Amino acid sequence: MAEGTQQHPLKIYFFVWTLLFVFSAFSYMVDWFQFQGYLRWGLILLFMLVKAGFICAIFMHMWWERLAIKFAILTPCFAVLVFVFIMWHESFYTLIARKLYFLVTGS
Amino acid sequence: MEESASTIEVSIPPNKGLATEWASDQKAFKGVPWGKAMMWIFLVSDTFVFSIFLISYMTVRFSTKAEWPNPSEVFALHVGHVSVPLLLIAIMTFILITSSGTMALAVKYGYEKNRKMCAILMLATAVFGASFVGMQAFEWTKLIMEGVRPWENPFGAPQFGSIFFMVTGFHGTHVTIGVIFLFIMARKAWRGDFDTGRRGFFTSQKSHYEAVEIMGLYWHFVDLVWVFIFAFFYLW
Repeated sequence: MAEGTQQHPLKIYFFVWTLLFVFSAFSYMVDWFQFQGYLRWGLILLFMLVKAGFICAIFMHMWWERLAIKFAILTPCFAVLVFVFIMWHESFYTLIARKLYFLVTGS
Repeated sequence: MEESASTIEVSIPPNKGLATEWASDQKAFKGVPWGKAMMWIFLVSDTFVFSIFLISYMTVRFSTKAEWPNPSEVFALHVGHVSVPLLLIAIMTFILITSSGTMALAVKYGYEKNRKMCAILMLATAVFGASFVGMQAFEWTKLIMEGVRPWENPFGAPQFGSIFFMVTGFHGTHVTIGVIFLFIMARKAWRGDFDTGRRGFFTSQKSHYEAVEIMGLYWHFVDLVWVFIFAFFYLW
């Protein structure tokens, strides 16, 4: 394999392709059967992460890239998780502030 | 300054994974074509853009007093007399995944220098992408007719409309740009630009099959973003 090129057997693409179809069908089924609560959220997240992982690793060839580029791409994404955590708390604060305000003003 | 004159040993760290890679003297991404590295860096920045949209969606959804509209009902379609939940969205999801598959194969055939297969598969990807945008236009039309606006909607929390138009609009724009570039790339591949190294009209750079992989990275990213939008906005 020449450096910088990405050549892989056809089989692996068809495998991932099928997998993406199956997992998309699964996530649609979550809504179809109207699962609720933690089961719903857990399944949605699970199927989402599996799909995202396979697209990134195989279709985008991340799996075969150098460690340096994997690191440069994936680590900044952890900052997003920190931001999610901050805003998650912020949103509950806003909700409480709103509820208090409407309670006091009576609207 | 005195200290700098004393002993500073410059030693190359032993080959222990990341440290060695990262501490490289000339360039960190050895063997990675610069165009591909730049596309990845662009995609990281685009990840932040979409992350911020989804985070703001989370924030408004958690902080609103009004009830959030049930996407399962809002996006239902009537087939005959039966209301099928999320039907159009499911079809759009499958279409985008199909297009991702054809794109992955186009990249593969590109590296095998199979110019016709590469061009045909990119063309197929573009057609799937265009049909996705068409369905999104249909969805927007349907919702606008039902009275959904960025500031109000008949189903519940008014923030629903603004998030919907912002997130799907931005994603749709990405798909549209991708479709345009796919048509351009398919033409280049068909004409044999990547085999002859014909210089690009705009960049004057020599054409190379790497361009197909870079195109693929962008397209798969668009699919990747849809995976997250589908999970968080439509299914949650």
